[in-house]
Amino acid sequence: MALPAVGAAMLEIENVSAAYGPVRALDGVNLNVGMGEIVTLIGANGAGKTTLLMTICGRPSAKAGRIKLKGQDITALPTHRIAALGVAHAPEGRHIFARMSVRENLQLGATLAAPANFARNLDRVLTLFPRLAERIDQRGGTLSGGEQQMVAIGRALMAEPDLLLLDEPSLGLAPLVVRQIFAAIGQINRERGTSILLVEQNAHHALALAHRGYVLVAGEIALEGKAADLAVNPQVRDAYLGG
Amino acid sequence: MPAFRIAAVLGLPLIGFKLVDQSGGEGLATRWPDLGAAIAIVFMGRFALSMIAEGATLSALAIGAGAVIAAILVPWPSVFLNVIALGGAALIVLRAAYGLAGPRPVAVIGAWVKPAGRLAPWALIVFALSLPLFGDRYVLDSATRITTYVMLGWGLNIVTGLAGLLDLGYAAFFAIGAYVTAILGAGFGLSFWECLPLAAAAAAASGVLLGFPVLGLRGDYFAIVTLGFGEIIRIVANNWRSLTNGSQGVGGVPHLNFFGLADFTANPANGHPSFSQMFGVPYRPIQRVVFLYYVILALALAVNLFTRRIRVLPIGLAWEALREDEIAAQALGVDRRRVKLAAFAIGAAWGGVAGAFFATQQGFVSPESFGFIESVMITAIVVLGGMGSQLGIVLAAILIIGLPEFFRFMQEYRQLVFGAAMVAIMRFRPRGLIATRRPSVTSR
Repeated sequence: MALPAVGAAMLEIENVSAAYGPVRALDGVNLNVGMGEIVTLIGANGAGKTTLLMTICGRPSAKAGRIKLKGQDITALPTHRIAALGVAHAPEGRHIFARMSVRENLQLGATLAAPANFARNLDRVLTLFPRLAERIDQRGGTLSGGEQQMVAIGRALMAEPDLLLLDEPSLGLAPLVVRQIFAAIGQINRERGTSILLVEQNAHHALALAHRGYVLVAGEIALEGKAADLAVNPQVRDAYLGG
Repeated sequence: MPAFRIAAVLGLPLIGFKLVDQSGGEGLATRWPDLGAAIAIVFMGRFALSMIAEGATLSALAIGAGAVIAAILVPWPSVFLNVIALGGAALIVLRAAYGLAGPRPVAVIGAWVKPAGRLAPWALIVFALSLPLFGDRYVLDSATRITTYVMLGWGLNIVTGLAGLLDLGYAAFFAIGAYVTAILGAGFGLSFWECLPLAAAAAAASGVLLGFPVLGLRGDYFAIVTLGFGEIIRIVANNWRSLTNGSQGVGGVPHLNFFGLADFTANPANGHPSFSQMFGVPYRPIQRVVFLYYVILALALAVNLFTRRIRVLPIGLAWEALREDEIAAQALGVDRRRVKLAAFAIGAAWGGVAGAFFATQQGFVSPESFGFIESVMITAIVVLGGMGSQLGIVLAAILIIGLPEFFRFMQEYRQLVFGAAMVAIMRFRPRGLIATRRPSVTSR
């Protein structure tokens, strides 16, 4: 088997284990995200999906194994240094700054981007999510769930990331809003070539959007493959697609 | 049990009897008029409230108005009862008027709040600037004291209000600035203006020194460490006799001069002209007091402007982001340690500047001025002000420092008013006097 071309991989996770104190959350996980690829990670509650995203961000840092970004080892780096290397995270539960306005949230997203690009990036986010343009001076906490999710994704985009980590963007949203959000995610990937690692419980939508997918069960990767293949896999259908 | 009977039962031992010194030991004196008056107040109050509840609002208003007049005209057994009667009667009048004012008085008041909120800062600045025109020595001294606390509140606001770090030892930086100024001034003859940057630098350096190891701690733990730091600085000041002269304090701090150009004495001995000679006005001792007041006002406004500017810069936004959600802020690339350390050092520097002013104003510095209660006062001002609101801090400082001053005529009972005010704020404004946060940048 030939070695992969240098630079082809955006994110390489090799044999990573993580734990909260004595509780083991991830066990020897291997996962790759290629340049410009959308990869989805599906699994039940408590499977360790969120932990894997947090571990990529260095909090908690991996107990064993290696995480590489564009070939560089980031396993032991602190969160803000990992972010500076081009990883943006829209965390589970959105974690937007509730007392700060939408504009301030987006400004904070641009902490790491070149100030000269601010106006252009803001314009892009507001084109992607026109609703945010209407709400620009409103406090984050007063927005609807869908709008808050748009702020979380828009904020992550303001950093001009190479790799976007999305943690359950569909959580608690109405079906129509979920479709909007997923359309936007596809658009981000097509227009900018941003690599995306998408954690989802909504396997139906996630597998329709992604190129490849992984299934995480109790901290271990149980299945992996092309998204289209996983969507018709009987095991996946039974467990995550409602038969 | 009716309210007046409860008042009678509780009041009998509490108000009815008083321990007095007599020849041959202690004895009991009775205070029946006081007790009677107290029960009457409770009875009338409860009666009026019941009438409002029954719909007889107009009659209750009349009772309240009558009680106000009675509270003013009738001689009461003690000042305390007089104030209680007046306050209670006023509350009844307000409550009854509120009931009469129609269905939505809150909305009417609310409509006034916004324009008033916009005008209030300017009105306060104009008032503060013109205060020396009509204030006497006592008023100016009190205003200087309040303004010092406003400045400390604004300084701590950077740490607690913006960056969200609960610092219970802020008086330590105040102390460091004061001691630097006192020791350099009294020992080496440096003037206030020369000490000012040194005091700020020393306080900032101590802030970094303290902050470096403890900023990793969260919330309560951080608060406890800063509390300890405040005590350490006070105890060091108390025991390092060769430097600080211990509990005796450092005296002979040079008085404030006019920017190093002139002095505020009638005939300066150091070769400077006096302020009155320089400007060709007659010499009056209050010139120094007025100048002191304007200096602290300028320093406080400097903190305010500084905070306003820094809030819209990336560092200011990062502070607020860390306060709102530490994890999200870090994921966006905010370096938690460095950003918090900056807030701590900058806040400490302003505390040091306030301390330098305090030293030169008092002419004397001792550990007594920097106890735990000082830190608590400053923190209370920031928290009651609404954590981050600069206007709220002014109101809270006036309330906390000014209110006990204002109620001085009530002697020991003024602490009671103070406590009642605190309870009232916590009940009606649990998130502080001004809890809404205005965005630092808007598109309009």
